[in-house]
Amino acid sequence: MDHSAERTLSTYLTGFVLAVVLTAIPFALVWGELLTGPAVYYVIAVAAVLQVVVHLVFFLHLNLRSTPAENLFFLGFAAVLIFIMVGGSLWIMMDLHHRMM
Amino acid sequence: MSETTMNEDLLEHEERKSLESREFGFWVYLMTDAIIFALLFASYVVLSKNSAAGPTSKDVFDLSHTAGETALLLFSSLTFGLATIAMSLGQTGRVVQWLFVTLALGLGFLAMEMIEFSGMIGQGAGPETSGFLSAFFTLVGTHGLHVAFGVIGICVMIGQVLVKGLTIPVRSRLFRLGLFWHFLDIVWIGIFSVVYLPGVM
Amino acid sequence: MLGRLTIEAIPLYSWVAMGGAAVTVCGGLAVFLLITYLRAWKVLWTDWLTSVDHKKIGIMYVVLALVMLVRGFVDALMMRAQQAIALNSEGYLPPEHFEQIFSSHGTIMIFFVAMPFLTGLINIIVPQQIGARDVAFPFLNSVSLWLTAAGAGLVLVSLVVGKFSTAGWTGYPPYSGVEFSPGVGVDYWLWALIVSGVGSTASGINFIVTIVKNRCPGMTYMRMPLFTWTALCISVLIAFAFPALTVVAAQLTLDRTLGFHFFTNGDGGNMMLFANLIWIWGHPEVYILILPAFGIFSEVVATFSRKRLFGYKSLVYATACIAILSFTVWLHHFFTMGSSANVNAVFGIATMIIAVPTGVKIFDWMFTMYRGRIEFHPSMVYTIGFMVTFVIGGVTGVLLALPPADYLMHNSTFLVAHFHNMLIPGALFGYFAGLNYWFPKAFGFKLDAKWGIRSFWFWFIGFYLAFMPLYVLGFMGMSRRMEHYADPNWQPYLIVAALGALCILCGIICIGVQLYVSAKNWGSARDVTGDPWNGRTLDWATSSPPAPYNFAVLPEVRDVDAFHDMKIHGTAYRPPAHYEDIVMPRKSGLGPVIGAMAFVLGFAFVWYIWWLVALSLVLILICIGIRACDDDTDFVMPAAEVARIEAAHLAQITPVDMHDMRDFEPRGAASGTPLAGRA
Repeated sequence: MDHSAERTLSTYLTGFVLAVVLTAIPFALVWGELLTGPAVYYVIAVAAVLQVVVHLVFFLHLNLRSTPAENLFFLGFAAVLIFIMVGGSLWIMMDLHHRMM
Repeated sequence: MSETTMNEDLLEHEERKSLESREFGFWVYLMTDAIIFALLFASYVVLSKNSAAGPTSKDVFDLSHTAGETALLLFSSLTFGLATIAMSLGQTGRVVQWLFVTLALGLGFLAMEMIEFSGMIGQGAGPETSGFLSAFFTLVGTHGLHVAFGVIGICVMIGQVLVKGLTIPVRSRLFRLGLFWHFLDIVWIGIFSVVYLPGVM
Repeated sequence: MLGRLTIEAIPLYSWVAMGGAAVTVCGGLAVFLLITYLRAWKVLWTDWLTSVDHKKIGIMYVVLALVMLVRGFVDALMMRAQQAIALNSEGYLPPEHFEQIFSSHGTIMIFFVAMPFLTGLINIIVPQQIGARDVAFPFLNSVSLWLTAAGAGLVLVSLVVGKFSTAGWTGYPPYSGVEFSPGVGVDYWLWALIVSGVGSTASGINFIVTIVKNRCPGMTYMRMPLFTWTALCISVLIAFAFPALTVVAAQLTLDRTLGFHFFTNGDGGNMMLFANLIWIWGHPEVYILILPAFGIFSEVVATFSRKRLFGYKSLVYATACIAILSFTVWLHHFFTMGSSANVNAVFGIATMIIAVPTGVKIFDWMFTMYRGRIEFHPSMVYTIGFMVTFVIGGVTGVLLALPPADYLMHNSTFLVAHFHNMLIPGALFGYFAGLNYWFPKAFGFKLDAKWGIRSFWFWFIGFYLAFMPLYVLGFMGMSRRMEHYADPNWQPYLIVAALGALCILCGIICIGVQLYVSAKNWGSARDVTGDPWNGRTLDWATSSPPAPYNFAVLPEVRDVDAFHDMKIHGTAYRPPAHYEDIVMPRKSGLGPVIGAMAFVLGFAFVWYIWWLVALSLVLILICIGIRACDDDTDFVMPAAEVARIEAAHLAQITPVDMHDMRDFEPRGAASGTPLAGRA
């Protein structure tokens, strides 16, 4: 990996500001009870996913061009597997839960 | 004389290659760690309503406390980034300074977590109370354990930077520690989004 | 001071258990005395135990696997004997002991036979196949080996001090929880899994980095030998599936040790979560065991059919497909848990889909043999035996993939027959083929073929005798793991199965005799060229046994069958214009020390000896710290030394020994053009 890639202060500060905003939104919603019902969960989920992307891009300097292909492959593979494992587990366990009620 | 320098060149070349492998290997390790956290998250979600007539998430979570922990970790990500910038500019003193700030923030996070955990255990909401609390303590505790290892790593790296200077292996280790530290912040996003925020609703 | 460890831990409760303990202790003592008698402690320590050479580590893995194979097989023999006589009677094993035996049989065979066997073969061969001098992290490799050995040690010690788990090799709660299994058995099982699991995860990461980063010039992904491809795929599976095992074992340990409620009956635990999590690891694990064997079969079938592997690309894609699909089917291990029809159907269909890429492979191997000049070397015979037998297991697997059918067969001996039908031909026959195929590479002389063929026939016939009756018994309604039974119709089948186990015993003895005879006559079966079988891949380009650095000069690869290509073009066995210095990793005693400490850590956790837990943890951390601060882990082997070793090797080769392939340049479309540019 290339350490001396463009790592300027502005990248980190941009990332930091975006992360603060994306943290503040869900906290404010829940704290101030600005929104109720399932919509809150969607907002929290979207903000979390966006913030993960922000961290990856601005703090871990992920870049489709400069990051080595094998690193991107394993990140993508991990993401797919997390989706399969977590999604599958929740599907299986929730399905069982409903059938046992 | 010339033979020793040749050997040193060869060793350095091999070292660079090996450091590159280490960085990739560390990346793969982080991915496996991400799977560990993912499954702990899945376990938590499955068990999160199983409070077994004990305290529920609403009773034990305090969102302002969580917000404090979040702020500490997020700031520490920024300060670690500043240490990385200083490293690429070769400013040894700055690197150490920012690492100390990161260390302080990390220790602050750990202290807050300890306060939270001991408070919960004090009011009878320890991990042996219910499935929900077992899953909570395991997930958040595993993250905390990682932060503790990161803190030890920062101490070791401060020592190495001071003793060895910013040599190639030291830079590589610092870079890998940075990956680890930022990764822990990413896991924390998951923790407040899956555990704390839905928990108090 | 000693936690819950008291004198009562010694198994005085039955003469059979006492006998097992005695055999284990005497075996250990015998090995100790033998090494002392041979005055081999120093050599053993400096040349082997502290070695970070991938070939030596690989050999030690395989030795561990063979030793544990004998132990696991004794368990199998005891179970077969018990079931053969236990019609309306107690047999000779008390229930509690029988339960320990089937639990340790499964645990040993999966974790301490199959895993070290395949890890060992990959260790010896993969760096040579990709033209590398070692794995990416030689020291980590040594640590992995010793963690695996520590796990195996915990299982062995459970026979002498305390008891092993009675909860089966998957240890389902709530039975494996502290409420129903308060003893140390399940803890032994858990710590053996955790310690060796950490080692396996590290090996997985190590092989991934090795294969991605250490390939020689010209070795593109689509020129990697198929065994390397399967090694890459299973390393990815290991790295991504073993975390699930770590998580589930840690959770059960927390339940048992600290009173958590992940999987307990009451207080909000959910025992179904355990089945879900362990099979997220468990199903990929099946492919971790089988895919390397598929890789071995691919190498063997091409070499001994004297043909280019048919459908190389389709085999690569099939391997990758199987690897990914293996993560999507785990629910088929617990169809009967009560999920809705939709859930069961999705996972049932996904399971059946895996049969497609597997079928592709079988056809590829058959087409490789088609019109080939087949040589019936033991490894080839194992391969053919596998192809015939494995298809039967595949068919019964597709049958079990149907949820309604599974409801009838779940936990019956039909299931037992099915997975043995996959793992004995599918994994073990492959490892034996690899043993026969690569033994000369590791030791410099060939294994005796006659005893190899004999071992095959005993294994092959023994397998059919032992497991075909179990299919029938499954249909007759016999559950697995029965200590005794009342249906007289079952007994004839169980007696046949016991005879099959005896037949397999002869197969194992044959392997022992084969090793002995070959070692005795090693001088007459030497492999001076490093290429005893006229092989096709780069692992045959090194000497046998290879020099510590494998390749004096890193080769340039132009074709899938890299070494075959070199022989055709006459570039094999040519000394280069000059040699260069080579950087080598230093040996390190920290690997075995960390392994020993991990063993102590596991043992202390099992018996709740908390001060020892803390002490061993601190010592492990100190070892890691020493290693982390050590910047002097390599040394330089001078070019003159390399030239001396290479000259000695090349001087041994006479033209008679060489497989001169220059007249065999393939012609015509069917043979393909092995030239640059072919990926």
